[in-house]
Amino acid sequence: MTEVAQNFRPQDIRVDFRLIAEMVEPGSRVLDVGCAEGTLLDYLVATKNVDGRGIELSQEGVNICVSKGLSVIQGDADADLVDYPDKSFDYALLSQTLQATHRPKEVIDQLLRVGKKAVVSFPNFAYWQCRAYLAFKGRMPMTSDLDYAWYETPNIHFCTLRDFTVLCEELGITIDQSVILGAKGKILNYPLESSRANLFAAQGVFLLSR
Amino acid sequence: MPLDCGAMLSDITVAYNTYGTLNDNKSNAILICHALTGDQFAASHHPVTGKEGWWSVLIGPGRILDTDKYFIVCSNVLGGCMGTTGPKEIDPDTGKPYGLNFPIITIGDMVRVQALLQDYLEIPDWFSVVGGSMGGMQTLQWASAYPERCFSVIPLATAAKHSAQNIAFHEVGRQAVMADPDWCGGKYLEQDKNPRSGLAVARMAAHVTYLSESALHRKFGRNLQDRDSLAYGFDADFQVESYLRYQGMNFVDRFDANSYLYITRAMDYFDLARDHGGSLAAAFKDTTTRFCLVSFSSDWLFPTSESREIVKALNAAAANVSFVEIETDKGHDAFLLDTPEMLDTIGGFMESTARSRGLA
Repeated sequence: MTEVAQNFRPQDIRVDFRLIAEMVEPGSRVLDVGCAEGTLLDYLVATKNVDGRGIELSQEGVNICVSKGLSVIQGDADADLVDYPDKSFDYALLSQTLQATHRPKEVIDQLLRVGKKAVVSFPNFAYWQCRAYLAFKGRMPMTSDLDYAWYETPNIHFCTLRDFTVLCEELGITIDQSVILGAKGKILNYPLESSRANLFAAQGVFLLSR
Repeated sequence: MPLDCGAMLSDITVAYNTYGTLNDNKSNAILICHALTGDQFAASHHPVTGKEGWWSVLIGPGRILDTDKYFIVCSNVLGGCMGTTGPKEIDPDTGKPYGLNFPIITIGDMVRVQALLQDYLEIPDWFSVVGGSMGGMQTLQWASAYPERCFSVIPLATAAKHSAQNIAFHEVGRQAVMADPDWCGGKYLEQDKNPRSGLAVARMAAHVTYLSESALHRKFGRNLQDRDSLAYGFDADFQVESYLRYQGMNFVDRFDANSYLYITRAMDYFDLARDHGGSLAAAFKDTTTRFCLVSFSSDWLFPTSESREIVKALNAAAANVSFVEIETDKGHDAFLLDTPEMLDTIGGFMESTARSRGLA
Protein backbone atom coordinates (compact mmCIF):
# COMPACT_ATOMS: atom_id res chain seq x y z
CA MET A 1 0.00 0.00 0.00
CA THR A 2 2.94 2.33 0.40
CA GLU A 3 3.47 3.79 -2.98
CA VAL A 4 5.23 7.08 -3.15
CA ALA A 5 6.46 8.72 -6.28
CA GLN A 6 10.19 9.00 -6.46
CA ASN A 7 10.63 12.66 -5.72
CA PHE A 8 14.34 12.50 -4.98
CA ARG A 9 17.16 13.20 -7.38
CA PRO A 10 20.00 10.63 -7.36
CA GLN A 11 22.47 13.36 -6.43
CA ASP A 12 20.44 14.06 -3.25
CA ILE A 13 21.06 10.57 -1.91
CA ARG A 14 23.90 11.07 0.53
CA VAL A 15 26.31 8.25 1.31
CA ASP A 16 24.86 7.81 4.79
CA PHE A 17 21.39 7.44 3.22
CA ARG A 18 22.67 4.56 1.09
CA LEU A 19 24.31 2.94 4.10
CA ILE A 20 21.18 3.32 6.19
CA ALA A 21 19.15 1.77 3.38
CA GLU A 22 21.53 -1.19 3.32
CA MET A 23 20.91 -1.75 7.01
CA VAL A 24 17.11 -1.73 6.66
CA GLU A 25 15.22 -4.91 5.80
CA PRO A 26 12.87 -4.55 2.81
CA GLY A 27 9.20 -4.08 3.63
CA SER A 28 9.80 -3.06 7.24
CA ARG A 29 8.15 -0.29 9.27
CA VAL A 30 10.44 2.71 9.56
CA LEU A 31 10.26 5.96 11.53
CA ASP A 32 12.66 8.66 10.34
CA VAL A 33 13.22 11.13 13.17
CA GLY A 34 14.20 14.55 11.85
CA CYS A 35 13.34 13.57 8.29
CA ALA A 36 13.85 17.10 6.86
CA GLU A 37 12.38 17.14 3.34
CA GLY A 38 11.83 13.39 3.30
CA THR A 39 14.61 12.43 0.89
CA LEU A 40 15.70 9.41 2.92
CA LEU A 41 12.11 8.28 3.44
CA ASP A 42 11.39 8.61 -0.25
CA TYR A 43 14.53 6.65 -1.04
CA LEU A 44 13.63 3.89 1.43
CA VAL A 45 10.09 3.64 0.11
CA ALA A 46 11.34 3.47 -3.48
CA THR A 47 14.24 1.06 -2.95
CA LYS A 48 13.18 -0.95 0.11
CA ASN A 49 9.41 -0.75 -0.09
CA VAL A 50 9.23 0.27 3.57
CA ASP A 51 6.14 1.54 5.40
CA GLY A 52 7.70 4.88 6.21
CA ARG A 53 6.73 7.58 8.72
CA GLY A 54 8.55 10.73 9.69
CA ILE A 55 8.85 13.42 12.33
CA GLU A 56 10.24 16.81 11.39
CA LEU A 57 10.58 19.99 13.40
CA SER A 58 10.38 22.57 10.63
CA GLN A 59 7.01 23.43 9.16
CA GLU A 60 8.57 23.89 5.75
CA GLY A 61 10.09 20.41 5.84
CA VAL A 62 6.81 18.81 6.90
CA ASN A 63 4.85 20.66 4.22
CA ILE A 64 7.26 19.43 1.57
CA CYS A 65 7.07 15.84 2.87
CA VAL A 66 3.29 15.71 3.10
CA SER A 67 2.84 17.32 -0.29
CA LYS A 68 5.16 14.60 -1.65
CA GLY A 69 2.73 12.09 -0.16
CA LEU A 70 4.87 10.99 2.78
CA SER A 71 3.30 10.34 6.19
CA VAL A 72 5.09 12.96 8.22
CA ILE A 73 4.06 14.90 11.29
CA GLN A 74 5.42 18.07 12.71
CA GLY A 75 7.15 17.27 15.96
CA ASP A 76 10.24 17.30 18.08
CA ALA A 77 12.55 14.31 18.62
CA ASP A 78 13.20 15.45 22.18
CA ALA A 79 9.54 15.60 23.16
CA ASP A 80 7.37 13.59 20.82
CA LEU A 81 8.90 10.11 20.64
CA VAL A 82 7.25 9.28 23.96
CA ASP A 83 3.85 9.22 22.23
CA TYR A 84 4.68 6.12 20.21
CA PRO A 85 4.03 2.64 21.62
CA ASP A 86 6.93 0.29 22.38
CA LYS A 87 8.44 -1.41 19.33
CA SER A 88 5.88 0.13 16.99
CA PHE A 89 8.54 0.31 14.26
CA ASP A 90 11.14 -2.14 12.98
CA TYR A 91 13.63 0.68 12.65
CA ALA A 92 13.85 4.15 14.15
CA LEU A 93 16.26 6.29 12.14
CA LEU A 94 18.21 9.32 13.28
CA SER A 95 20.22 10.59 10.36
CA GLN A 96 22.54 13.53 11.10
CA THR A 97 20.11 14.77 13.74
CA LEU A 98 21.62 13.48 17.01
CA GLN A 99 23.84 16.53 17.37
CA ALA A 100 20.81 18.83 17.07
CA THR A 101 18.81 17.23 19.88
CA HIS A 102 18.61 18.71 23.37
CA ARG A 103 18.87 15.38 25.16
CA PRO A 104 20.74 12.95 22.90
CA LYS A 105 20.91 10.25 25.55
CA GLU A 106 17.15 10.21 26.10
CA VAL A 107 16.53 10.39 22.36
CA ILE A 108 18.70 7.30 21.71
CA ASP A 109 16.95 5.54 24.56
CA GLN A 110 13.56 6.39 23.00
CA LEU A 111 14.70 5.30 19.53
CA LEU A 112 15.34 1.81 20.86
CA ARG A 113 12.06 1.76 22.74
CA VAL A 114 9.98 2.82 19.71
CA GLY A 115 12.04 0.82 17.21
CA LYS A 116 13.16 -2.77 17.47
CA LYS A 117 16.40 -1.48 16.02
CA ALA A 118 17.81 1.98 15.51
CA VAL A 119 20.08 3.42 12.86
CA VAL A 120 22.01 6.51 13.87
CA SER A 121 24.39 8.57 11.77
CA PHE A 122 26.27 11.62 13.00
CA PRO A 123 29.36 13.71 12.25
CA ASN A 124 32.46 12.79 14.23
CA PHE A 125 33.73 15.83 16.09
CA ALA A 126 37.11 14.13 16.59
CA TYR A 127 37.67 14.14 12.81
CA TRP A 128 41.18 15.47 12.18
CA GLN A 129 39.97 18.49 10.23
CA CYS A 130 37.83 19.55 13.20
CA ARG A 131 40.73 19.04 15.56
CA ALA A 132 43.07 20.98 13.26
CA TYR A 133 40.59 23.79 12.80
CA LEU A 134 40.28 24.31 16.53
CA ALA A 135 43.99 23.68 17.20
CA PHE A 136 45.41 25.97 14.58
CA LYS A 137 42.72 28.55 13.95
CA GLY A 138 41.44 28.61 17.53
CA ARG A 139 37.90 28.85 16.20
CA MET A 140 34.90 26.54 16.21
CA PRO A 141 35.41 24.02 13.41
CA MET A 142 33.58 24.47 10.13
CA THR A 143 33.93 21.76 7.50
CA SER A 144 31.99 20.86 4.39
CA ASP A 145 29.76 18.60 6.53
CA LEU A 146 29.48 21.13 9.35
CA ASP A 147 29.13 24.37 7.49
CA TYR A 148 27.48 26.51 10.16
CA ALA A 149 29.04 29.30 12.15
CA TRP A 150 28.87 28.67 15.91
CA TYR A 151 26.21 31.32 16.46
CA GLU A 152 23.73 29.99 13.91
CA THR A 153 24.23 26.25 14.03
CA PRO A 154 21.30 24.00 14.91
CA ASN A 155 23.89 21.59 16.30
CA ILE A 156 24.24 21.79 20.05
CA HIS A 157 25.57 18.40 21.19
CA PHE A 158 28.55 17.27 19.21
CA CYS A 159 30.20 13.99 20.05
CA THR A 160 33.00 11.81 18.76
CA LEU A 161 32.91 8.19 17.64
CA ARG A 162 34.46 7.25 20.94
CA ASP A 163 31.92 9.26 22.96
CA PHE A 164 29.16 7.48 21.11
CA THR A 165 30.47 3.96 21.71
CA VAL A 166 30.94 4.78 25.40
CA LEU A 167 27.37 6.06 25.62
CA CYS A 168 26.03 2.92 23.91
CA GLU A 169 27.90 0.80 26.47
CA GLU A 170 26.45 2.85 29.30
CA LEU A 171 22.94 2.43 27.93
CA GLY A 172 23.39 -1.30 27.38
CA ILE A 173 23.04 -0.86 23.63
CA THR A 174 24.67 -3.27 21.19
CA ILE A 175 26.29 -1.87 18.06
CA ASP A 176 25.27 -4.54 15.53
CA GLN A 177 26.98 -2.87 12.66
CA SER A 178 29.07 0.26 12.14
CA VAL A 179 30.36 1.96 9.06
CA ILE A 180 32.79 4.84 9.29
CA LEU A 181 33.26 7.30 6.51
CA GLY A 182 36.16 9.51 5.66
CA ALA A 183 36.08 12.70 3.67
CA LYS A 184 33.80 12.63 0.62
CA GLY A 185 31.95 9.60 1.98
CA LYS A 186 34.75 7.09 1.45
CA ILE A 187 34.27 3.97 3.60
CA LEU A 188 37.21 3.42 5.97
CA ASN A 189 38.23 -0.03 7.14
CA TYR A 190 39.72 0.90 10.51
CA PRO A 191 38.26 -0.91 13.52
CA LEU A 192 35.64 1.25 15.24
CA GLU A 193 37.56 1.31 18.54
CA SER A 194 40.85 2.39 16.97
CA SER A 195 42.32 5.87 17.36
CA ARG A 196 42.70 6.04 13.61
CA ALA A 197 38.97 5.58 13.16
CA ASN A 198 38.28 8.36 15.61
CA LEU A 199 40.77 10.61 13.85
CA PHE A 200 39.98 9.93 10.21
CA ALA A 201 36.22 9.35 10.24
CA ALA A 202 34.18 12.38 9.20
CA GLN A 203 30.99 10.53 10.15
CA GLY A 204 29.72 7.19 11.35
CA VAL A 205 26.59 5.14 10.67
CA PHE A 206 25.48 2.66 13.34
CA LEU A 207 22.91 -0.09 13.52
CA LEU A 208 21.85 -0.46 17.15
CA SER A 209 19.80 -2.91 19.15
CA ARG A 210 19.19 -3.76 22.75
CA MET B 1 -32.92 5.75 13.39
CA PRO B 2 -32.00 5.70 17.07
CA LEU B 3 -30.26 8.85 18.30
CA ASP B 4 -27.55 9.20 20.94
CA CYS B 5 -30.04 11.03 23.21
CA GLY B 6 -32.23 7.90 23.28
CA ALA B 7 -35.00 9.20 21.03
CA MET B 8 -35.97 7.66 17.71
CA LEU B 9 -36.17 9.71 14.56
CA SER B 10 -38.00 8.31 11.54
CA ASP B 11 -38.66 9.53 8.01
CA ILE B 12 -35.31 11.27 7.80
CA THR B 13 -34.78 13.26 4.64
CA VAL B 14 -31.24 14.01 3.52
CA ALA B 15 -30.46 16.78 1.04
CA TYR B 16 -27.20 16.32 -0.79
CA ASN B 17 -25.24 17.41 -3.83
CA THR B 18 -22.83 15.41 -5.91
CA TYR B 19 -20.10 16.49 -8.29
CA GLY B 20 -18.23 14.27 -10.72
CA THR B 21 -18.94 10.63 -11.56
CA LEU B 22 -18.68 7.48 -9.50
CA ASN B 23 -16.27 5.06 -11.17
CA ASP B 24 -17.09 1.45 -11.96
CA ASN B 25 -15.53 -0.07 -8.85
CA LYS B 26 -16.90 2.74 -6.67
CA SER B 27 -13.50 3.58 -5.27
CA ASN B 28 -13.38 7.32 -6.02
CA ALA B 29 -16.11 8.71 -3.74
CA ILE B 30 -15.25 11.54 -1.38
CA LEU B 31 -17.55 12.78 1.34
CA ILE B 32 -17.34 16.47 2.18
CA CYS B 33 -18.48 17.37 5.71
CA HIS B 34 -19.56 20.95 6.16
CA ALA B 35 -18.95 23.26 9.08
CA LEU B 36 -21.55 24.66 11.52
CA THR B 37 -23.33 27.02 9.14
CA GLY B 38 -22.39 25.31 5.91
CA ASP B 39 -24.57 23.26 3.60
CA GLN B 40 -24.53 20.83 0.71
CA PHE B 41 -23.68 23.52 -1.83
CA ALA B 42 -19.95 22.97 -1.51
CA ALA B 43 -19.07 23.65 -5.12
CA SER B 44 -22.21 25.07 -6.67
CA HIS B 45 -24.17 28.29 -6.45
CA HIS B 46 -26.19 28.71 -3.30
CA PRO B 47 -29.91 28.88 -4.10
CA VAL B 48 -30.60 31.53 -1.42
CA THR B 49 -27.57 33.78 -1.56
CA GLY B 50 -26.58 33.13 -5.19
CA LYS B 51 -22.98 32.98 -4.03
CA GLU B 52 -20.41 30.49 -5.22
CA GLY B 53 -20.04 27.19 -3.34
CA TRP B 54 -18.32 27.51 0.04
CA TRP B 55 -15.47 25.21 -0.98
CA SER B 56 -15.15 26.04 -4.68
CA VAL B 57 -11.51 26.81 -4.02
CA LEU B 58 -10.95 23.10 -3.35
CA ILE B 59 -13.57 21.31 -5.44
CA GLY B 60 -13.84 21.44 -9.23
CA PRO B 61 -12.32 20.23 -12.47
CA GLY B 62 -8.53 20.21 -12.13
CA ARG B 63 -8.68 21.39 -8.52
CA ILE B 64 -7.35 19.50 -5.51
CA LEU B 65 -10.63 17.62 -5.15
CA ASP B 66 -10.81 17.07 -8.88
CA THR B 67 -14.35 16.47 -10.08
CA ASP B 68 -12.93 14.90 -13.26
CA LYS B 69 -11.34 12.23 -11.10
CA TYR B 70 -13.44 11.91 -7.96
CA PHE B 71 -17.11 11.56 -7.16
CA ILE B 72 -17.82 14.14 -4.52
CA VAL B 73 -20.78 13.99 -2.17
CA CYS B 74 -21.79 16.74 0.23
CA SER B 75 -24.93 16.44 2.34
CA ASN B 76 -26.67 18.88 4.59
CA VAL B 77 -26.21 17.61 8.16
CA LEU B 78 -28.95 16.22 10.34
CA GLY B 79 -30.52 19.21 12.13
CA GLY B 80 -29.60 21.50 9.25
CA CYS B 81 -31.92 23.85 7.45
CA MET B 82 -31.20 23.27 3.78
CA GLY B 83 -33.43 20.28 3.19
CA THR B 84 -32.20 17.63 5.60
CA THR B 85 -34.51 16.80 8.49
CA GLY B 86 -34.13 19.47 11.14
CA PRO B 87 -36.13 21.67 13.54
CA LYS B 88 -37.59 23.75 10.70
CA GLU B 89 -39.10 20.73 8.90
CA ILE B 90 -42.60 19.42 9.53
CA ASP B 91 -42.95 16.85 12.32
CA PRO B 92 -45.13 14.09 10.76
CA ASP B 93 -46.70 13.44 14.18
CA THR B 94 -48.04 16.97 14.65
CA GLY B 95 -48.11 18.43 11.15
CA LYS B 96 -46.23 21.45 12.49
CA PRO B 97 -42.54 22.36 12.33
CA TYR B 98 -40.51 20.39 14.87
CA GLY B 99 -39.17 23.50 16.58
CA LEU B 100 -37.95 22.54 20.04
CA ASN B 101 -39.67 19.15 19.74
CA PHE B 102 -36.79 18.14 17.55
CA PRO B 103 -34.63 15.75 19.56
CA ILE B 104 -31.14 16.77 20.62
CA ILE B 105 -28.65 15.50 18.05
CA THR B 106 -24.94 14.77 18.16
CA ILE B 107 -22.03 14.66 15.74
CA GLY B 108 -22.38 10.86 15.99
CA ASP B 109 -26.00 11.10 14.81
CA MET B 110 -25.00 13.31 11.89
CA VAL B 111 -22.40 10.76 10.82
CA ARG B 112 -24.88 7.90 11.22
CA VAL B 113 -27.20 9.66 8.79
CA GLN B 114 -24.29 10.14 6.37
CA ALA B 115 -23.56 6.41 6.65
CA LEU B 116 -27.18 5.72 5.66
CA LEU B 117 -26.66 8.00 2.68
CA GLN B 118 -23.52 6.02 1.86
CA ASP B 119 -25.59 2.81 1.93
CA TYR B 120 -28.23 4.43 -0.24
CA LEU B 121 -25.60 5.49 -2.79
CA GLU B 122 -24.15 1.94 -2.60
CA ILE B 123 -20.66 3.19 -1.91
CA PRO B 124 -18.77 0.52 0.08
CA ASP B 125 -16.19 2.93 1.44
CA TRP B 126 -15.27 6.56 0.93
CA PHE B 127 -11.94 7.18 -0.70
CA SER B 128 -11.74 10.10 1.68
CA VAL B 129 -13.86 11.96 4.21
CA VAL B 130 -12.86 15.61 4.28
CA GLY B 131 -13.99 18.50 6.46
CA GLY B 132 -12.96 21.48 8.54
CA SER B 133 -14.11 22.71 11.96
CA MET B 134 -17.39 20.88 12.72
CA GLY B 135 -16.79 19.04 9.43
CA GLY B 136 -13.45 17.98 10.88
CA MET B 137 -15.24 16.60 13.95
CA GLN B 138 -17.38 14.53 11.60
CA THR B 139 -14.28 13.19 9.82
CA LEU B 140 -12.87 12.07 13.18
CA GLN B 141 -16.19 10.50 14.13
CA TRP B 142 -16.19 8.71 10.76
CA ALA B 143 -12.68 7.36 11.31
CA SER B 144 -13.61 6.21 14.79
CA ALA B 145 -17.08 4.75 14.17
CA TYR B 146 -16.63 3.42 10.63
CA PRO B 147 -12.91 2.86 10.02
CA GLU B 148 -13.63 0.21 7.40
CA ARG B 149 -15.84 2.66 5.52
CA CYS B 150 -13.23 5.39 5.09
CA PHE B 151 -9.95 4.77 3.31
CA SER B 152 -8.61 8.15 4.39
CA VAL B 153 -9.78 11.17 6.34
CA ILE B 154 -8.68 14.79 6.22
CA PRO B 155 -9.61 16.68 9.41
CA LEU B 156 -8.84 20.39 9.09
CA ALA B 157 -8.80 23.07 11.81
CA THR B 158 -10.63 20.86 14.25
CA ALA B 159 -10.50 19.04 17.59
CA ALA B 160 -11.54 15.75 19.15
CA LYS B 161 -13.59 17.70 21.68
CA HIS B 162 -15.19 21.10 21.93
CA SER B 163 -13.28 23.17 24.48
CA ALA B 164 -14.86 25.00 27.41
CA GLN B 165 -14.07 28.29 25.67
CA ASN B 166 -15.83 27.14 22.52
CA ILE B 167 -18.86 25.97 24.50
CA ALA B 168 -18.89 29.39 26.15
CA PHE B 169 -18.99 31.19 22.81
CA HIS B 170 -21.77 28.92 21.60
CA GLU B 171 -23.75 29.62 24.75
CA VAL B 172 -23.46 33.37 24.08
CA GLY B 173 -24.88 32.74 20.61
CA ARG B 174 -27.72 30.56 21.84
CA GLN B 175 -28.68 33.01 24.56
CA ALA B 176 -28.75 35.81 21.98
CA VAL B 177 -31.21 33.79 19.87
CA MET B 178 -33.38 32.82 22.80
CA ALA B 179 -33.43 36.39 24.19
CA ASP B 180 -35.00 37.66 20.97
CA PRO B 181 -38.76 38.15 21.63
CA ASP B 182 -39.43 36.90 18.09
CA TRP B 183 -37.97 33.54 19.01
CA CYS B 184 -41.33 32.76 20.71
CA GLY B 185 -40.04 29.84 22.74
CA GLY B 186 -38.81 28.23 19.53
CA LYS B 187 -42.22 28.38 17.83
CA TYR B 188 -41.49 31.40 15.65
CA LEU B 189 -42.30 29.58 12.39
CA GLU B 190 -45.84 28.84 13.53
CA GLN B 191 -46.28 32.49 14.49
CA ASP B 192 -44.75 33.72 11.25
CA LYS B 193 -41.90 35.43 12.99
CA ASN B 194 -38.13 35.11 12.89
CA PRO B 195 -35.64 35.99 15.67
CA ARG B 196 -33.45 37.86 13.21
CA SER B 197 -31.78 40.20 15.70
CA GLY B 198 -30.83 37.42 18.08
CA LEU B 199 -29.49 35.17 15.35
CA ALA B 200 -27.56 38.06 13.80
CA VAL B 201 -25.92 38.79 17.15
CA ALA B 202 -25.04 35.10 17.52
CA ARG B 203 -23.45 35.15 14.09
CA MET B 204 -21.53 38.35 14.85
CA ALA B 205 -20.02 36.88 18.02
CA ALA B 206 -19.15 33.63 16.24
CA HIS B 207 -17.68 35.45 13.28
CA VAL B 208 -15.11 37.17 15.50
CA THR B 209 -13.91 33.76 16.66
CA TYR B 210 -13.35 32.66 13.06
CA LEU B 211 -10.85 35.46 12.43
CA SER B 212 -7.64 36.48 14.10
CA GLU B 213 -6.69 39.81 15.64
CA SER B 214 -4.14 40.39 12.89
CA ALA B 215 -6.61 39.50 10.14
CA LEU B 216 -9.20 41.88 11.62
CA HIS B 217 -6.57 44.56 12.01
CA ARG B 218 -5.28 44.14 8.48
CA LYS B 219 -8.81 44.29 7.09
CA PHE B 220 -10.24 47.14 9.16
CA GLY B 221 -7.86 48.50 11.75
CA ARG B 222 -9.72 51.26 13.62
CA ASN B 223 -10.90 52.81 10.36
CA LEU B 224 -14.18 54.67 10.45
CA GLN B 225 -17.12 53.81 8.21
CA ASP B 226 -18.46 56.52 5.89
CA ARG B 227 -17.38 59.35 8.18
CA ASP B 228 -14.38 61.42 9.12
CA SER B 229 -14.85 61.64 12.86
CA LEU B 230 -16.49 59.77 15.70
CA ALA B 231 -20.26 60.24 15.83
CA TYR B 232 -20.47 59.95 19.61
CA GLY B 233 -23.32 57.47 19.37
CA PHE B 234 -23.99 53.78 18.81
CA ASP B 235 -24.22 53.70 15.06
CA ALA B 236 -21.55 51.73 13.31
CA ASP B 237 -18.69 54.21 13.53
CA PHE B 238 -16.00 51.65 12.79
CA GLN B 239 -15.68 49.62 9.63
CA VAL B 240 -15.35 46.46 11.68
CA GLU B 241 -18.76 47.15 13.21
CA SER B 242 -20.55 47.53 9.91
CA TYR B 243 -18.76 44.46 8.60
CA LEU B 244 -20.06 42.38 11.50
CA ARG B 245 -23.56 43.81 11.18
CA TYR B 246 -23.52 42.93 7.49
CA GLN B 247 -22.29 39.39 8.25
CA GLY B 248 -25.02 39.01 10.89
CA MET B 249 -27.88 40.22 8.74
CA ASN B 250 -26.68 38.28 5.74
CA PHE B 251 -26.70 35.12 7.79
CA VAL B 252 -30.31 35.31 9.00
CA ASP B 253 -31.59 35.15 5.44
CA ARG B 254 -30.09 31.74 4.90
CA PHE B 255 -30.05 30.07 8.29
CA ASP B 256 -32.68 28.86 10.71
CA ALA B 257 -32.33 30.01 14.32
CA ASN B 258 -33.37 26.69 15.85
CA SER B 259 -30.94 24.82 13.59
CA TYR B 260 -28.24 27.08 15.00
CA LEU B 261 -29.22 26.05 18.54
CA TYR B 262 -29.22 22.35 17.74
CA ILE B 263 -26.04 22.23 15.73
CA THR B 264 -24.01 24.30 18.20
CA ARG B 265 -25.22 21.93 20.92
CA ALA B 266 -24.08 18.93 18.87
CA MET B 267 -20.60 20.46 18.63
CA ASP B 268 -20.55 21.20 22.38
CA TYR B 269 -21.36 17.58 23.16
CA PHE B 270 -18.59 16.24 20.93
CA ASP B 271 -15.86 14.49 22.96
CA LEU B 272 -14.38 11.50 21.21
CA ALA B 273 -12.15 10.49 24.13
CA ARG B 274 -15.08 10.47 26.57
CA ASP B 275 -16.93 8.15 24.20
CA HIS B 276 -13.99 5.73 24.49
CA GLY B 277 -13.41 5.49 28.21
CA GLY B 278 -11.36 8.69 28.35
CA SER B 279 -8.74 7.49 25.88
CA LEU B 280 -8.59 9.21 22.52
CA ALA B 281 -6.14 6.57 21.27
CA ALA B 282 -8.81 3.94 21.96
CA ALA B 283 -11.10 5.76 19.51
CA PHE B 284 -8.66 4.88 16.73
CA LYS B 285 -7.48 1.45 17.88
CA ASP B 286 -6.19 -0.78 15.05
CA THR B 287 -7.23 1.74 12.43
CA THR B 288 -5.98 1.28 8.89
CA THR B 289 -7.41 4.60 7.72
CA ARG B 290 -4.85 7.16 6.53
CA PHE B 291 -5.05 10.53 8.25
CA CYS B 292 -3.94 13.97 7.11
CA LEU B 293 -4.45 16.71 9.68
CA VAL B 294 -3.94 20.41 9.10
CA SER B 295 -4.05 23.20 11.66
CA PHE B 296 -3.49 26.93 11.30
CA SER B 297 -1.15 28.93 13.50
CA SER B 298 -3.54 31.86 14.11
CA ASP B 299 -6.63 29.69 14.74
CA TRP B 300 -7.56 30.32 18.37
CA LEU B 301 -10.91 28.55 18.13
CA PHE B 302 -9.33 25.20 17.24
CA PRO B 303 -5.68 25.83 18.05
CA THR B 304 -2.81 23.64 16.85
CA SER B 305 -2.50 22.10 20.31
CA GLU B 306 -5.89 20.42 19.75
CA SER B 307 -4.70 18.87 16.48
CA ARG B 308 -1.52 17.73 18.23
CA GLU B 309 -3.66 15.90 20.79
CA ILE B 310 -5.25 13.97 17.94
CA VAL B 311 -1.87 13.27 16.31
CA LYS B 312 -0.54 12.04 19.65
CA ALA B 313 -3.47 9.66 20.02
CA LEU B 314 -3.08 8.45 16.44
CA ASN B 315 0.62 7.79 17.01
CA ALA B 316 -0.25 5.86 20.13
CA ALA B 317 -2.63 3.81 17.96
CA ALA B 318 0.23 3.34 15.43
CA ALA B 319 -1.94 4.96 12.76
CA ASN B 320 -0.72 6.27 9.43
CA VAL B 321 -0.81 10.01 9.98
CA SER B 322 0.45 13.20 8.41
CA PHE B 323 0.16 16.53 10.18
CA VAL B 324 1.06 20.07 9.22
CA GLU B 325 0.56 23.33 11.05
CA ILE B 326 0.27 26.09 8.49
CA GLU B 327 1.71 29.49 9.31
CA THR B 328 -1.00 32.03 8.50
CA ASP B 329 -2.61 35.08 10.09
CA LYS B 330 -6.05 34.30 8.69
CA GLY B 331 -7.39 32.50 11.76
CA HIS B 332 -9.85 29.62 11.85
CA ASP B 333 -11.39 30.57 8.50
CA ALA B 334 -8.11 29.79 6.72
CA PHE B 335 -9.38 26.33 5.82
CA LEU B 336 -12.07 27.91 3.64
CA LEU B 337 -9.69 30.29 1.91
CA ASP B 338 -7.16 29.96 -0.84
CA THR B 339 -4.28 29.00 1.43
CA PRO B 340 -1.54 27.65 -0.89
CA GLU B 341 0.26 25.55 1.76
CA MET B 342 -3.03 23.85 2.66
CA LEU B 343 -3.77 23.12 -0.99
CA ASP B 344 -0.26 21.70 -1.49
CA THR B 345 -0.56 19.53 1.59
CA ILE B 346 -4.00 18.15 0.82
CA GLY B 347 -3.10 17.80 -2.86
CA GLY B 348 0.02 15.77 -2.13
CA PHE B 349 -1.81 13.60 0.36
CA MET B 350 -4.70 12.99 -2.06
CA GLU B 351 -2.32 12.10 -4.86
CA SER B 352 -0.32 9.54 -2.91
CA THR B 353 -3.48 8.11 -1.33
CA ALA B 354 -5.02 7.84 -4.79
CA ARG B 355 -1.95 5.95 -6.01
CA SER B 356 -2.17 3.48 -3.16
CA ARG B 357 -5.85 2.97 -4.05
CA GLY B 358 -5.06 2.48 -7.72
CA LEU B 359 -6.82 5.70 -8.72
CA ALA B 360 -3.83 7.49 -10.20
